Amino acid sequence: MSDSILYSVLLLASLGVVAAIMLYVVSKKFYVFENPLITEVEELLPSANCGGCGSPGCKAFAEKLVNTEDISDLFCPVGGNEVMKQVAYVLGKAVAEKDPTLAVLRCQGGCDVRPKTTEYQGPRTCAISAMIYSGETDCQYGCLGDGDCVKVCKFDAMYMDESTGLPVIITDKCTSCGACVEACPRDIIEMRPKHKRDLKIFVGCLNEDKAGIAKKACDVACIGCSKCQDICPKDAVLMVNNLAYIDPVICTLCRKCVEVCPTNSIIETNFPPKKVKKVESESEANVESINLKTDA
Amino acid sequence: MLKTFPKGGIHPPENKITSSKGIKKMTLPKVVYVPISQHIGIPAEITVDVKDKVDIGQVIAKSGGFMSSNIHSPVAGTVTKLDKIIDTSGYKKQCIVIRTDLKDESNFKDTAYPLKTTITLEPKDILQKINDSGIVGLGGATFPSHVKLSIKEGTKLDHLIINGVECEPYLTADHRLMLEKAEEIIVGIKILMFALHINKAIIGIENNKADAIETFKRIITKDDNIKIAALKVKYPQGGEKQLVRALLKREVPKNGLPLDVGVIVHNVGTIFAIYQAIQHNIPLIERVVTVTGKKLENPSNYWVKIGTPITDLVNEVGGLPEGTRKIVNGGPMMGKAIKNMDVPVTKGTSGILVISEDEASRGEPKNCIRCGECVDVCPMGLEPHLLMNLSEKGMYEKASAEDIMTCIECGSCSYVCPSHRPLLDYIRFGKNSVKKMNTSKN
Repeated sequence: MSDSILYSVLLLASLGVVAAIMLYVVSKKFYVFENPLITEVEELLPSANCGGCGSPGCKAFAEKLVNTEDISDLFCPVGGNEVMKQVAYVLGKAVAEKDPTLAVLRCQGGCDVRPKTTEYQGPRTCAISAMIYSGETDCQYGCLGDGDCVKVCKFDAMYMDESTGLPVIITDKCTSCGACVEACPRDIIEMRPKHKRDLKIFVGCLNEDKAGIAKKACDVACIGCSKCQDICPKDAVLMVNNLAYIDPVICTLCRKCVEVCPTNSIIETNFPPKKVKKVESESEANVESINLKTDA
Repeated sequence: MLKTFPKGGIHPPENKITSSKGIKKMTLPKVVYVPISQHIGIPAEITVDVKDKVDIGQVIAKSGGFMSSNIHSPVAGTVTKLDKIIDTSGYKKQCIVIRTDLKDESNFKDTAYPLKTTITLEPKDILQKINDSGIVGLGGATFPSHVKLSIKEGTKLDHLIINGVECEPYLTADHRLMLEKAEEIIVGIKILMFALHINKAIIGIENNKADAIETFKRIITKDDNIKIAALKVKYPQGGEKQLVRALLKREVPKNGLPLDVGVIVHNVGTIFAIYQAIQHNIPLIERVVTVTGKKLENPSNYWVKIGTPITDLVNEVGGLPEGTRKIVNGGPMMGKAIKNMDVPVTKGTSGILVISEDEASRGEPKNCIRCGECVDVCPMGLEPHLLMNLSEKGMYEKASAEDIMTCIECGSCSYVCPSHRPLLDYIRFGKNSVKKMNTSKN
């Protein structure tokens, strides 16, 4: 009885020793050297594997960072300057500093302002409907509303607004990886510099048609009237093909263009309400209440 | 037994309701919208300006390169606008808008000249004339004909095949043309045989057009070297590769052309256009269009000026019936629904199909049940279910390796799919993406 226990213990032990020796020999013989820096850099990266840097994943990007001499044109948009600085410290290479950016949707053509004129029955993806025809509305530049951008967003930073049929970008979650920009067949989503307090002014339209046609297709279309260009004190507005574009680098966010736009196609976000207007409305209200009093 | 291609194919209901209706002359449109891109390749360059007076048949847009085609004014009138109009692609494209001069007699001149059989031009001049006359493949692909006919020296060429198959349901434009212009088509074939030094020609016609087969058989003589071949009714027999296989048992290599097996294929409509250009000096400014649909008051075939808005055509047949859901440019299998009624007729419009609610709706797509129907019917021997999955997942390298580019987009797979899967939509998308991938690689 005790013999059988002994034999089995010995057998197992010797098997273990043989296997260990084999493993040791194999691991020495087939050893692959990997630069330990790669793992170190990879740990610094956000591990989102979003592909925003142009590499297929964070590991591949780390390899690229370690193996390339000059990394000044490589950038992780999700990690931003902070991560890139750490990477630069670890690798001892110089990195470029980039202003943080944010995705914005340059179309406001919701169901209420941009009526549907045709019905599409094909597969519900923007890529295919854009290939087949110009969309369910008369605007061939605007959002198709099938949400390809939402599908590719890995950070849950986008959702489809049911009431307007347009995607919405959640600013706090957007990492500016650029996946949505690539997914959109209409190039509606643009990466614009992120302001400290997230103030934004941009033209929310891409319609290049002439005024009448554009307005007929969509109530909030840019009609190319050039009023914004005329009023802009800094010449930040470019007019190309009946369409205004506000250069984010030159724009000082003075909001003059927003006021003059006859179709409300210029979008401003996160600005505090205008003081002047408030005073006016208050005084009007005061006058009214005074009148009421006198009547009474 | 009747000839046909061996692999795949379907037989949808024919619905050729207009096959007994003679080709009528369409009322002269008041305004024509002539797109400058009516062919595969580079768009033509506009040579007229606003307020210019143009004559019928005058070049208004010049060929933009080798892979391009001239465009002629279909009417005599005045250019009123150079504008962007939604065309059959569904997008706004550059168009020349011409207001017809209703007092100009040349607009009303009959183009049905008496038959002229003697060929006076030299082969070189014939090819040049085809190029100048803006002739493109009228079967629907609108491939510039002069490109097809520019054959490198030393290429072995033994057969000219005339495509009179018209396998699309509903359409009868080619059928009527063969009945009414049979003699002209034979002369057209002789012109091409002479120009290309080919001494054998075959006209392929599906067996459901027995009267057309009879007409041709009556006309041709033994010395013509033209054969008439009756084919089994099967879609998509009108595809070049399928037709060559059916008639000559020659397999056109994948990614290759019929030219690689010594054959050149032309549609009967193109042949008639060539006849008009060579013998009567008339460029391609009008074509036969079938205006059809089950609910239409009097569907028929028409001679239609290029650039005529589809509204005019629909009005001609008694207006839009109630419950219309879709208007399709082309046949029900390969045609494409148009975006609005102002879309003009182009060189590639073989039919306008008005379909109602119950015919038009697509079924709700469900999961693939692996029945293999799509594989059975694919005339190119592809696996449509696989190609759809690959392009849905963005695996374009793999799709390319599975020969997605050889798909002829006949739509047989989508037609038979019991789960109503949008196979062709995804395959087209995959083809586009593979094309993009290949161009970015080079």
